[in-house]
Amino acid sequence: MTGHDVVFLLVALTTAGAGIMTVTSKNLVHAALFLALTLTGSAAVFLVLAADFVALAQLLVNVGAVAVLFLFGLMLTRAPIGREALDGQHRGLAIGVSGGLFVLLSVLIIGAFGGEGVREVTGPGVNEIGIALFAQWVLPFEVLSMLLLAALIGAIVLARRSPGESGTEAEPTHIELSGDPSTEAERRPELTAGGER
Amino acid sequence: MSPVGPLLLAALLFCIGIYGIIARRNAVLVLISVEMMLNAVNINLVTFQNLLYPDDPLVSGQIFALFIIAVAAAEVGVGLAIVFNLFRNRASIDVDDVDLMRW
Repeated sequence: MTGHDVVFLLVALTTAGAGIMTVTSKNLVHAALFLALTLTGSAAVFLVLAADFVALAQLLVNVGAVAVLFLFGLMLTRAPIGREALDGQHRGLAIGVSGGLFVLLSVLIIGAFGGEGVREVTGPGVNEIGIALFAQWVLPFEVLSMLLLAALIGAIVLARRSPGESGTEAEPTHIELSGDPSTEAERRPELTAGGER
Repeated sequence: MSPVGPLLLAALLFCIGIYGIIARRNAVLVLISVEMMLNAVNINLVTFQNLLYPDDPLVSGQIFALFIIAVAAAEVGVGLAIVFNLFRNRASIDVDDVDLMRW
């Protein structure tokens, strides 16, 4: 057991614990912060695997932008706090499916790669990644930039308040507070009676 | 180091993401779980690239991981915009409430 393995074990335990806390946390903001910790942990796993460029991209894009976006999303959509209100009736099914899949995947992985000896951790440097990206992978790269542009415009169009003119004269959106019979407050009044919303 | 460790970690994160998608009712938390599943796939790709095929001249694993990071960012942007629209129209982001297409 080398130092590499020890560092990987510590990082992997942190990441797995943060991942479990992300899906079991009762507090929405805590869940988003645990997601940030999970993403940071996987960036550290990339560093242990000698993939430094991917690790830095992960830190910049996922931890820096995506986690903050999730925090904004949670704060703009006020939501109930509490496990009963956050988790649905499908928790048993979820545990069954994910646990079964994990056992199956573990057996397959150990069966397939358990015999592999200890490998040396080497990876291509940033220069090789750059050359491959702009020589062989340049068409997917450009398509990806078009996808990002389309997603940017699509997100703005979807999140705009009014389909008419943009600006200050747009009508403030009318929100029906639980007037719809298909909302949760109507269907399960005992959950929202405590003033959680 | 052996490739079993990172692969097991990736499988665990993937299964945690599946649990979150099925069990959570808040739409933003479902998006968070999707993000974690994409991340697990990234760990898999980098492990295969750097431990099993380090001499691949195309650097396929790491470049796929970079592409997945970019696509995940786009997906989160559009997904959160849809969730905001849902919240504006229904005053709730409970995924169980969105049953307009049920017949």
